[in-house]
Amino acid sequence: MTALLARALRKSYGELEVVSGVDLSVAPGECFGLLGPNGAGKTTTLKLCLGLIEPDGGAIELLGEPVPRRAREARRQVGVVPQFDNLDPDFTVEENLVVYGRYFRIPESRIRERIPGLLEFAGLAGRGDAKIITLSGGMKRRLTLARALVNNPQLVFMDEPTTGLDPQARHLIWERLRRLTQEGKTLVLTTHFMEEAERLCHRLAIMDRGRIIAQGTPRALIAEHIEPQVLEVHGQGYEAWMERAKTLAPRVERVGDTVYCYGEDIEPLLRSLSSFPDLSYLHRPASLEDVFLKLTGRDLRD
Amino acid sequence: MTLRWVSVWRRNMLVWRKLFAAAVLSNLADPLIMLFGLGYGLGALLPSVEGMSYIAFFAAGQLCTATMFTASFESMFSGFSRMHGQKTWDAILYAPLTIDDIVAGEIVWAASKAWLTGSTILGVVVVFGLASSPWVLLALPAAFLVGLAFSAVGLIMCVLARGWDFFSYYMTLMMTPMMMISGVFFPAEQLPAPLLAVAKALPLYHGVQIVRPLVAGGPPPDLWLHAAVLLAYAAAGYVLAIHFARRRFSS
Repeated sequence: MTALLARALRKSYGELEVVSGVDLSVAPGECFGLLGPNGAGKTTTLKLCLGLIEPDGGAIELLGEPVPRRAREARRQVGVVPQFDNLDPDFTVEENLVVYGRYFRIPESRIRERIPGLLEFAGLAGRGDAKIITLSGGMKRRLTLARALVNNPQLVFMDEPTTGLDPQARHLIWERLRRLTQEGKTLVLTTHFMEEAERLCHRLAIMDRGRIIAQGTPRALIAEHIEPQVLEVHGQGYEAWMERAKTLAPRVERVGDTVYCYGEDIEPLLRSLSSFPDLSYLHRPASLEDVFLKLTGRDLRD
Repeated sequence: MTLRWVSVWRRNMLVWRKLFAAAVLSNLADPLIMLFGLGYGLGALLPSVEGMSYIAFFAAGQLCTATMFTASFESMFSGFSRMHGQKTWDAILYAPLTIDDIVAGEIVWAASKAWLTGSTILGVVVVFGLASSPWVLLALPAAFLVGLAFSAVGLIMCVLARGWDFFSYYMTLMMTPMMMISGVFFPAEQLPAPLLAVAKALPLYHGVQIVRPLVAGGPPPDLWLHAAVLLAYAAAGYVLAIHFARRRFSS
């Protein structure tokens, strides 16, 4: 049994095919990340999986229900944290949760029972009467997360859950999301923060131009797609050094006036730097971001 | 037809209760000032219209007009703010509700709010002795019907709108002329025949045709015809609003 299954998913808007044959499979209890640059089709894929828009082709099964045909039934067991907060500004923190619970036809008494736990989870204990306008960005995000949990869902979709948050707020969200996976909930999140994906996700899919171009665990993706060591070099006279580097490393790239060298063994490169005292360098292990940039390119996507 | 839309109605009701004072003031003060200002002011110059005092004549029209305005403002401006500005509809759609449920909830809500405006004006009419027969109580369901017709049409405008400016076309080109030719201020029958035909094709005229005889104290002639026109507008508006809402939310 899979929590979410998508096969050969397609969706076009006019001439533009936004999702071009996406296959996804998310196991129950898994935290699955969908990575991609802006405009890759991540949000459209999420909307398709929720049954909010109709696919032009392909099949979706969400928690055992065929979508979009029985999307309403599937959504009973699903929570959603959208990219942009859409809390009700006229309501207090608590009213937001009560009103949202009603949409699921949860008896009012049961919603009220759940509220203290949800507020505690959101780090908003004792703030039930606060107005939305008085909350910080991080608090709003956490309340949106609590709202997504009001129906005690099996699966939670999150569209860029930490975009726009400061590091403190981001770490708190990460901690809460880990708590949810420990409770056995399935998480499907989109992000373009590699650090977030590397820390949280058991498995990832990298999406670009409507297609999934790589899939696997964060470590497997790094091992499969990129050399383990990276050396970044910049400074006066880097061009001369770059010519030398090309003979010492399997892959050398120049972006602006920085040279990126990728390889198994970086030692010869480091030694070669001793005769170029004006150059600054950074030696680090390869990360998911390197994989991402290698696969999706360095061009801006706006 | 299920009752899933009720949770949408209750959401709007809760907001209304929290902003009660401002909502009531804007929905009631305007029509009542108009009613007494024009009613007594013009009424002093006019002996009687269709056998009624001018203020009683105008009160019936004003009840329908105020109901129309409340329904239209709620479904257009407040609806657009919920749909477009606050993205409340998006949030509701993540739950097991569909756009059809939201449209139904919004229309019934706007009609309910409009009904409250209509019935408060009715209360004022009764308190000031402008209507004394129990027939006038039938204006309560009539006001709801007027509210339903204009809420449904207003919601079409809401789901078609790309921006706030869009509503001023509907208000200036539709609502204001409709108010002038529907027998609110003077009997529509004195209009040139083509204009009267236009009025008869629009909902407000039929609301006035139901409510005015009730204020005068008798059964409205052709009651079912007028009610059927209002119902037809409500039903067609509902179907079209759903059609355009689905289109808007599927892209």
